[in-house]
Amino acid sequence: MIAIIDYGVGNLFSLKSSLDSQKIDSVVTGDKAVIKQCEKIILPGVGAFADAAESLKQCGLDKVLIEEAQKGKPILGICLGMQLLFDKSYEYGEHEGLGLISGTVRPIADVIPKGLKIPHIGWNALHFPKHKAKSPLFRYVNEGEFVYFVHSYYCADCEQSVIAAAEYGAPLTAAAADKNVFGCQFHPEKSGDVGMKILRAFHELGAPGKERHK
Amino acid sequence: MITKRIIPCLDVKDGRVVKGVNFQGLSDVSSPVELGKYYSDSGADELVFYDITASVEGRALFTDILKQVASTIFIPLTVGGGINTLADFDRVLKCGADKVSVNSGAIKNPSLIEEAAKRYGDQCVVLSVDIKRVDSVFRVFQNGGRENTGLDALDWIRHGVDMGAGEIVVNSIDTDGVKKGFDIPMLKAVLDIVNVPVIASGGAGGIDDFVQLFQKLPAIDAGLAASIFHFGEVTIPKLKETLRDNGIAVRL
Repeated sequence: MIAIIDYGVGNLFSLKSSLDSQKIDSVVTGDKAVIKQCEKIILPGVGAFADAAESLKQCGLDKVLIEEAQKGKPILGICLGMQLLFDKSYEYGEHEGLGLISGTVRPIADVIPKGLKIPHIGWNALHFPKHKAKSPLFRYVNEGEFVYFVHSYYCADCEQSVIAAAEYGAPLTAAAADKNVFGCQFHPEKSGDVGMKILRAFHELGAPGKERHK
Repeated sequence: MITKRIIPCLDVKDGRVVKGVNFQGLSDVSSPVELGKYYSDSGADELVFYDITASVEGRALFTDILKQVASTIFIPLTVGGGINTLADFDRVLKCGADKVSVNSGAIKNPSLIEEAAKRYGDQCVVLSVDIKRVDSVFRVFQNGGRENTGLDALDWIRHGVDMGAGEIVVNSIDTDGVKKGFDIPMLKAVLDIVNVPVIASGGAGGIDDFVQLFQKLPAIDAGLAASIFHFGEVTIPKLKETLRDNGIAVRL
């Protein structure tokens, strides 16, 4: 069972539906006891970093997420949910994140050439770092397959953790991971078949029977 | 690099797709779910559902249908038609829409754009504008292109973006239905004044019109069309292959 964290931010309909379509059991919840019982956690999110971080804190979910991550439970942050996993964001000021992946969240305007549109919106190709083994999150995905992005900020200072990048005038972090904690800047739940393959791979993480025969 | 988007638009009235036609392998071409899935499977990058229902019952039916679509099709969905208030945004977003397109509702009440962008984010608010030349000036029309609002289209779009519209759909009434290509000069005028994604609509008659669109306007983000897809004159795989062969980045 996957807990989809409900902390009053964003719309969870598509995420829940996409897991349902893959016959992956999930529950939309903000209940700490339920979250602790689930084998995996997805942290979604849209909107502004500061508001979302504050909502997590007010629901008391920040501590639960950190505890569960430290226990080794697989966690997947999506879009703003990914950014919340990082140390700190520079979106309208300076705001603390959960610190589960080391790095910062910065405006894409800082790195992309002038004239390119912001937000980075649309389908872009995933590129996997050549010097690293492919992350299990992408075991069913090929180099160059497309996923759907909508964002104006990106995760930076995290070269060690980057497991996929997208090219938008400059390489932008598309996904990052630190052990059992994963983040996708793009929306797997809106990325058609490729997105479904990523959600399935996340669902199968840590299931030894399925890990063996790649 | 980010790819150019191809977006079929489905007009829905009382829960059925208007202008649905014959597709092989589809049992019900008037079903928004079936037709949406057909487009999604054939490589559409996004879908637009336009609710042209007038009645309250029809609107409730539309939200039910939207839920079915959003639980079957996992690409971005934009919903337009009858969006006049924040409650309308809320209604369709809860059913799985990712973006909401405003047109007449924003002309009547321009603060709708700002309020929606604040609550749901800029990326969620699409400003759709029906434009026609009147004495060589681009004017905004409403009520399905019948009524001249007197607004200068470029001023209106600039204002819309300032208020938080995250994307602009430019529908040229001058080229709409003529099938002789997109309105390149009008689109260029819009691209010159904004730095948000611009979607071209109105005038596509065949594959070459899309090639021309993306070659002449490298800054344009997407091409939207309805009838040429519905009538099978253009299939999305063939369209995208041709675009790729012409050096245009597409998702294949």
